[in-house]
Amino acid sequence: MIDFGLSEEQEALRRMARDFLVRECPPALVRETATTPDGIPTALYAKMAELGWMGLIVPEAEGGLGLGVLELALVLEELGRVAAPGPFLGSQLVTAALLRAGTRTQRRTWVPRLVAGEAFGALAYLEESDRHDPAGITLRARRTREGYRLSGTKLFVLGVPGARVLVVAARMPSGPSLFLVETAARGVRLRPAETIDLTRRVGEVELRDVVVGRDALLGREGDGAGLLARLLDLGAVGIAADSLGGAARALEMAVEYAKVREQFGRKIGSFQAIKHMAAEMAAEVEPTRSLVWYAAYGFDHRLREAPRAAAIAKARLGEVYCRTVERSLQIHGGIGFTWEHDLHLWFKRARWNQVAFGDPTFHRERLATIDGY
Amino acid sequence: MDLTYSPAERTFQRALRTWLKRNIPKRQRDERPMEWGDPRRLALAKAWQRKVHGAGYLALAWPPEYGGQGADVMRQTIVNEEMVRARAPGLVGLMGVQMVGPTLIQHGTEEQRRRHLPKILTAEEIWCQGYSEPGAGSDLASLRTRAERDGDDFLVNGQKVWTSNAQFADWMFCLVRTDPEAPKHAGISYLLIDMKSPGITVRPLVQMTGDAGFNEVFFEDVRVPQANLVGGLNNGWQVANATLAHERNMLGATTRTQQTFQSLLRLARTHGRGGRSASADPVVRQHLADLAIRVETMKLEAYRQLTDSLRGRPSGIAASINKLVTTELNHDLARTALDILGSYGPLGRRDARVRDRGVWPLDYMFSLGLIIGGGTSQIQKNIIAERGLGLPREARPGR
Repeated sequence: MIDFGLSEEQEALRRMARDFLVRECPPALVRETATTPDGIPTALYAKMAELGWMGLIVPEAEGGLGLGVLELALVLEELGRVAAPGPFLGSQLVTAALLRAGTRTQRRTWVPRLVAGEAFGALAYLEESDRHDPAGITLRARRTREGYRLSGTKLFVLGVPGARVLVVAARMPSGPSLFLVETAARGVRLRPAETIDLTRRVGEVELRDVVVGRDALLGREGDGAGLLARLLDLGAVGIAADSLGGAARALEMAVEYAKVREQFGRKIGSFQAIKHMAAEMAAEVEPTRSLVWYAAYGFDHRLREAPRAAAIAKARLGEVYCRTVERSLQIHGGIGFTWEHDLHLWFKRARWNQVAFGDPTFHRERLATIDGY
Repeated sequence: MDLTYSPAERTFQRALRTWLKRNIPKRQRDERPMEWGDPRRLALAKAWQRKVHGAGYLALAWPPEYGGQGADVMRQTIVNEEMVRARAPGLVGLMGVQMVGPTLIQHGTEEQRRRHLPKILTAEEIWCQGYSEPGAGSDLASLRTRAERDGDDFLVNGQKVWTSNAQFADWMFCLVRTDPEAPKHAGISYLLIDMKSPGITVRPLVQMTGDAGFNEVFFEDVRVPQANLVGGLNNGWQVANATLAHERNMLGATTRTQQTFQSLLRLARTHGRGGRSASADPVVRQHLADLAIRVETMKLEAYRQLTDSLRGRPSGIAASINKLVTTELNHDLARTALDILGSYGPLGRRDARVRDRGVWPLDYMFSLGLIIGGGTSQIQKNIIAERGLGLPREARPGR
């Protein structure tokens, strides 16, 4: 019996997350956070940690909520709805990496701090080539007597500055390998990138002969490709969920505005030109919810289809989110084009969402390969 | 959330797979409605539906007393999925099975159900839909075909148009005006009309495809027993809306779309362009993947809607979204096939070098007809915007 719907607990989580974020993360907070050095709304994140969200996918025995990627996606959707700032997703990826491949010591060191919101994480994998496959990794890790020495530069790291611990993808003769690197380590230089997005921090991480111990290696040496692929898929699903929330909100804003704005003596929402644009948005946005749910479900149940579902969700939501904010802006007219109006917060976030963890072109080609076109 | 079938469902699925493998006639594989203009094909299509019904794989969710299986919707879903996998031909009696049948189960009298439902399933009686008129297309409620009471009968006079399958249909479900004084939505009734009744003239209209798939139907003092009234006098608009929702779901069904995508992919793999198969071209791959994603979206969305309906939640505007998205997607699939085919694309179906029996240019046109029929895309957008998003209606005269 197929049941493709949320359980009562999941519905409750979603409602709770929505109420909480509407209250605690208004656009004013998003704007205020944009002026801080690390882009972290500290008070909000403390409350999120109290709710257990930072450790949502962490087993209860390790202090988490013991929930799955589907629940994580529901929370991410709500975070996307309010265009929440901060390194939530990056932290989830690092947490997932530790849960999947971390040694007991690594988990003991980092998981409690990540769960408590005392430290945040980020996944550093992209480089100047902007390639999303392991072939794009040129940052080198060399073995030393005590551990490894890492040299190279990572770009477009979501959650930098702000993150305290990075999962860094490095190239080794034996194959791609992942390392846990503290941003405070000697030889690590962070450079915040300037981005049009006010809601997220993206940065460059330069590693100049950074020396780490053997215990920094995450998983087996030369065997990081599988884990990295899984993390990228998780990131893709996460961003897809965020995009769903953002697109739904941008549509809502357009509809709310069209119901009150009058021109030619009537509400603009009564004009078919507006109505049809809004209907097209709804007809695109609404069905994508199924893609996000399925991709998350695929993760939780380790379906063979999971990477395919992640690629599909990411490709579609990347496009739909951008198209929806563009149409929403058009419906808002001049007011939507101002700095004062909040719509641009979503408009700009949508651009990072489109490219983060692989853009639609990348994921479509991936799908074509998986399906053997 | 659980996307697995139960052991019993899997057993059912396995038996069905075996049955399909043995029973789908090879030359009818992937056959589509637009190929039924030909009487020989029509007979084969009826035979196929009879076979499906005989094996117990049709209208699974209908009550057994009317020829259904009394099974749950999940079995119907499995059947739909497996039909796609096995490249089964379409069902010729779909307007009966998916439109008037469910409407009779919902609004019909016991006598109407017993009289009509079994023959709908066996394809003994094919149905057509008498809705559109020359002056009533998107503005369906302004229809003018009259039905006046005369003893135990109605006398029907007027004209319907764009009536698909009327040339071979045995029955029509028809909207008629029974109260010319009432506001336009309130004076309409829903009648079942025997197409062999004296006074009915069916005049085929040749479509742009070259086939005579739809018709004009003229009524001149046609006698229809009052027992053929469905849902009460002047209550036809409510009944029609129920049927329209079934129609949107039928036109918006993704199974056919999935099947068409598979055919498209086969074409892309085998048809050469520039010295390699089309599917090796990066631009074509992007395009195919985009279509695959849109097909997948609607497939998963159908599961979500199925769950919603099993949980008793109102479907809202889902049917309109399905109709809008899926019919346009179907057209995009056919258009992409023509793009891939290059100079082979516009070849006629009898040309020696035509690919896939010439189905693609036909589908390219036929699918456009379904973007128009069953409520145009623009009408669906109005419904989505007004009923779904709550945007204000335009001032409408004549309400």
